[in-house]
Amino acid sequence: MATIEQYGDYKTSWCPGCGNFPILRAVKEALVGLDLEPHQVLFVSGIGQAAKAPHYLNANVFNGLHGRSLPVATGAKLANPNLVVIVESGDGCMYGEGGNHFLAAIRRNVDLTVLVHNNQVYGLTKGQASPTSDRGFVTKAQPDGVYSLPFNPLAVAVALQAGFVARAFAGMVEHLVEMIQAGIKHKGFSLIDILQPCVSFNHVNTYEWYRQRCKPLPDDYDPTDWQRAMASSLKWGDEIPIGIIYKNNRPSFEENFPMLKEGSLIGREVNRATLRTILEHYS
Amino acid sequence: MEYPSLNILIGGEAGQGLQTMGEAFTRALVRSGYRVHVMQTYESRVRGGHNVFAIRFGPEGVLAPRETVDLLLALNQETLYIHEKELAKDAPAIADEEWRSPTGMNLVRVPYKKLAQDGFINTVAMAIGGAMLGLPLDTLAGALESVMGAGKAQKAEAGRRALERAYEWVKENGQRIEPPPKKEGLPRRIVLNGHEAVALGAISAGVRFCAFYPMSPSTSVAMTLIQWAKEMGIIVEQAEDEIAAINMAIGASYAGLPSIVPTSGGGFALMVEAVSLAAVSETPVVILIGQRPGPATGLATRTEQADLEFVLHAGHGEFPRAIYAPGSIEECFHLTRRAFEVAEASQGPVFILTDHFLADSYRDVIPFSVEGLSQVNPGEDPFSVESPYLRYKITESGVSPRLLPGASKELVVADSHEHTERGHITEDLELRPKMVEKRLRKMGIIKDRVVPPEYEGPEDPDVLLVGWGSTKGAIMEASRLLGAKGIKASSLHFSQVWPLCEEQFLNKLQGAKRAVCVEGNATGQLARLIRRETGFSFDERVSRYDGLPITPEYILRRL
Repeated sequence: MATIEQYGDYKTSWCPGCGNFPILRAVKEALVGLDLEPHQVLFVSGIGQAAKAPHYLNANVFNGLHGRSLPVATGAKLANPNLVVIVESGDGCMYGEGGNHFLAAIRRNVDLTVLVHNNQVYGLTKGQASPTSDRGFVTKAQPDGVYSLPFNPLAVAVALQAGFVARAFAGMVEHLVEMIQAGIKHKGFSLIDILQPCVSFNHVNTYEWYRQRCKPLPDDYDPTDWQRAMASSLKWGDEIPIGIIYKNNRPSFEENFPMLKEGSLIGREVNRATLRTILEHYS
Repeated sequence: MEYPSLNILIGGEAGQGLQTMGEAFTRALVRSGYRVHVMQTYESRVRGGHNVFAIRFGPEGVLAPRETVDLLLALNQETLYIHEKELAKDAPAIADEEWRSPTGMNLVRVPYKKLAQDGFINTVAMAIGGAMLGLPLDTLAGALESVMGAGKAQKAEAGRRALERAYEWVKENGQRIEPPPKKEGLPRRIVLNGHEAVALGAISAGVRFCAFYPMSPSTSVAMTLIQWAKEMGIIVEQAEDEIAAINMAIGASYAGLPSIVPTSGGGFALMVEAVSLAAVSETPVVILIGQRPGPATGLATRTEQADLEFVLHAGHGEFPRAIYAPGSIEECFHLTRRAFEVAEASQGPVFILTDHFLADSYRDVIPFSVEGLSQVNPGEDPFSVESPYLRYKITESGVSPRLLPGASKELVVADSHEHTERGHITEDLELRPKMVEKRLRKMGIIKDRVVPPEYEGPEDPDVLLVGWGSTKGAIMEASRLLGAKGIKASSLHFSQVWPLCEEQFLNKLQGAKRAVCVEGNATGQLARLIRRETGFSFDERVSRYDGLPITPEYILRRL
């Protein structure tokens, strides 16, 4: 049985009150709840305050470059499909620097669980606008307010028929644990966009601001209804729906590779007899 | 010429099946017992333009392309005018009977369309050439079939009939060309181009993962891997961009699959941050750069050797690397194998520099004996390491034991930040220099395995031609040609351009009266690197940067 102690308890470099703390706790609880042990799990992250999260628990970790967590995770999952691969990064890393990989990963539908700590601001670089900052959001870098429209990750993911699309809020840990577990259990690409206050640089989208707006989807909500999901993904403002917005049963990317039918390719011997025959094709 | 050879040039426009025909002709010549060397040049377009497939063949190993043409196979009228000046005296040019032609050419006027009927004029032109050289019809037909592959029976049948009509026509109307002599008892050979040999070398070394974004001339490496992916168990993924490609390869390698990323200069420019990532995370990855002329998009389908300094310095921060520059098909195969071994042994990025010319240059080789060849096996036995496992344990060699994630209860933590021995992010400034030094110590592993440059010719020569990568054959042949003229000449070829170990070559350079560095770039990048590393200055440089490969004649003209 996996225990919460196995995942350790480490000092972090986050600000007191940071939304990352409850997310870290939820991640550990979700894994323990699924009886996954640290060595069965691989965390891949990019750069940013959120991307440091895997350093603060026990697991396999690949902490790579800003924006590039998805390709690394894709390669690792194809190499070893037995690993539970969780991608953890922030809104800037995933939707800004990593935007093209986000689109391509959804199209591929690799069996990854993607946790995006979305605080609508850049924390590590001290308070610039992020791709999800609302229009008009004032920062030192955008003194007249953000001119661009925000990126809507859920709408994009639903439009691309991502395997699993959910939204959660760092202030509702029990619900967040549920979403992470559902995402891990889903075979295919799972996006969980986690709304998270930044106590240092975002004084608009605070705990209180989110708490007033985040409402779980109704019990009769059918996440397999794509059109309804599309409509739900666009809701933002006085009411922000949280929960599983959309899911489907597309085959996961790894299933396309016949060479993975007998499991991972790690450690296989080169078939020299076949290679000899191949060389003869060039005569 | 020092060794007997005959040079056939097939010219036409894109879309005329030049490549298929050239490859078939090449295989037919090898099946007939000749040694071959192919040079291709083409424009960056799918249809039209002017393309060339030149086959030089003879009884001995052919080293380099030759500029003088002994037989011209024209698939369009334009070819006759473009290559008029390259034709040797009285060399025949095969052309359609209706085309205009320059005056004074020895034309073999062929009714292409009449002979082709439901087949193709390229097949007819090839068959006329084959018949004039006395190649058996069956050999040519068999080679054509092997190139076109199974499942194209109808096409093959039409092709076969066109071949027969062409052979019949030559019998009635034809000139004969004296073919070069053959050498008896040559071992059976296969025909590979540079990038096929790279891909097959990678397969033999145990490559299991390739990610790429299409870019000339590197795509052919991925295409060859895709061709054999199912049989050999290789995952090949076309990534959304080059940044994704190399990061995927790093992810796959971290998890335990030997990985390769083929690209060209512009694509590699996008990958550079991840080169640094491979270095700091100590993840093996083999990066192939098929060079083409830059800057930026440059000349997409031409050749150049101008990315040596770029690849040498690519990546922020300081870390060891190895750069191979194969000069022959055999080297493409064996150095790719070595690249995988060294990437694994040194746990970092290793580079292979080819170029457009070498990528497309078909040559005959004895089929590689695959039985005795080793393969890389990433990851160590988890029971052989101390617990708790330290991914970046500081060791004397700089190499830390590498475990694979999920292979045991030990946790494998890799990080792009400066990190602790466990792999976790740190700002411990006393640890930092130790980590830097640990990574740099791995240069020792790379240096122990440096391939010495290959020297050919007399000691203390009057002229020493020095080159790297694809110009190997050209500098060797040029130095032999000088030798034939009574000049004491030698050649020195670097198939590994980094790191340089001066004890392997400096005395050769110093022993020459005139040391000439021959490079396919404008500024003399190897010459400058050698000066930087050894203090040795070349007396002279031969540069080419018009997009065409360096030929022996080119070198001799510029000396």
